[in-house]
Amino acid sequence: MSYVRGLHCRECGRETAIAPVHVCEFCFGPLEVSYDYDGMRGNVTRASIEAGPRSIWRYADLLPVLPGTDATERVDLGAGFSPLVPAPRLGKVLGLDDLWLKNDTLNPTFSFKDRVVSVALSAARALGFTTAACASTGNLAHSVAAHAAHAGMDAYVFIPADLEQAKVLSTAVYGPNLVAVKGNYDDVNRLCAEVAGEYGWAFVNVNVRPYYAEGSKTIGFEIAEQLGWSLPDHVVAPMASGSMLVKIDKAFTELVKVGLVEDTPVRVSGAQATGCSPISTALKDGSGFVRPVKPDTIAKSLAIGNPADGYYAIDAVRRTGGWMEDVSDPEIVDAIELLARTEGIFAETAGGVTVATLRKLAEQGHVKRGERVVAVISGLGLKTLDVIADRVGPTYTINAGLQDFQAALELGAAQHKESQQ
Amino acid sequence: MSVTVRIPTPLRNLTGEQATVSVDGATVGEVVKALEAAHPGIGERVLAEDGQVRRFVNVFVDDEDIRFQQGLETPVRDGATVSIIPAVAGG
Repeated sequence: MSYVRGLHCRECGRETAIAPVHVCEFCFGPLEVSYDYDGMRGNVTRASIEAGPRSIWRYADLLPVLPGTDATERVDLGAGFSPLVPAPRLGKVLGLDDLWLKNDTLNPTFSFKDRVVSVALSAARALGFTTAACASTGNLAHSVAAHAAHAGMDAYVFIPADLEQAKVLSTAVYGPNLVAVKGNYDDVNRLCAEVAGEYGWAFVNVNVRPYYAEGSKTIGFEIAEQLGWSLPDHVVAPMASGSMLVKIDKAFTELVKVGLVEDTPVRVSGAQATGCSPISTALKDGSGFVRPVKPDTIAKSLAIGNPADGYYAIDAVRRTGGWMEDVSDPEIVDAIELLARTEGIFAETAGGVTVATLRKLAEQGHVKRGERVVAVISGLGLKTLDVIADRVGPTYTINAGLQDFQAALELGAAQHKESQQ
Repeated sequence: MSVTVRIPTPLRNLTGEQATVSVDGATVGEVVKALEAAHPGIGERVLAEDGQVRRFVNVFVDDEDIRFQQGLETPVRDGATVSIIPAVAGG
């Protein structure tokens, strides 16, 4: 059963049929999938969802499943249904009484990108593509390479040449055509926009972007289901293109529309790194004009200087009464450590951005102590080990004798005492 | 001042399916005007009602985004390449 009706332009509303197109023929606005929500009401239920697989595909009815396709044709490595865990120790440090973490480090390739890629390549296959491609800051590369391998599709993956080694190697291992471009992500993205016009490939975040982007809604669906089919008060999400935040907001709206949750207000707030903060800057300076920037931050997975969904992220944040902030590289690394040490979750730099921004928003009063807050932790720390390499390491390095260990402990205790004085 | 303009797929129905066209102009604004004269209809696709570049269109002069420069006033040297590229991609 498919509830997909077609595509429409978010800017001018013009409608178009299902196809591998991402921009409006007329105004270049982004195309978005249209659904038959009336048809869903009463047919898509909590029970029907709960009976589905423990993955994003339990929400298949709310995703761009193309007419005439069935579940066996999906490109599925098991993305989604990641844990939503309470975070009381981190909450205590930040002054928040009801903080939760959406732990999306737990995905097949260890970031939320598996959600969007699984949806994108399933749609791509239904549209007849045999080659997958993407422009990536790293996490997407990893995910596209893995899903393409799983699906037996050829892959062309374009990345900035200066990416973290872990992201390069963990993509290359799946055997895609890995194209390292001498330039930043925006240069890569621009190249891909042109390449997509010349080759008949499914670029997940270019020509099949309308389907791809819908995958991020599953973060919102899961949060609501995992909170017992209720909406949180506030969600804080990292922003690169701004798409994830926009789609989480959309997910809550859809759940209300289809009658799956009570309509309670959810504020959404966005997090950026100061070294690449075109969206938060546009909100904070009141202009609402997203001026492209040249990124300079350790949060490379968020380093999009020319964010496609910046305007819509600002719209969502303004409409819901949320806010945006951005944080420095040292704040990001501090937050990675804080999250690991308080909650046992090791996030990559984007997670550090989210936690550090949450901290700032809480200090500013934009996030309130009593609110039920969910922070989205979007990727695993092993992807960006370099940023903590000079900050953490063995506490003691000793020979393998009991007396060596005891001596080290005593020395450590003395040093600790000294540092306390 | 002849410049080469790279035309994105959605606009090629206005250029007889040509991927690049040559026009004259000393600034990006003049290039857009010349494009409209040669291929009527392109102007309203690239520029919004207020005369500015649509927010989901990126224009590059020799690989540099004109929003990092002087917008439609950005000078275009003889022989330059102007690229019109849909902004909605990536992320």
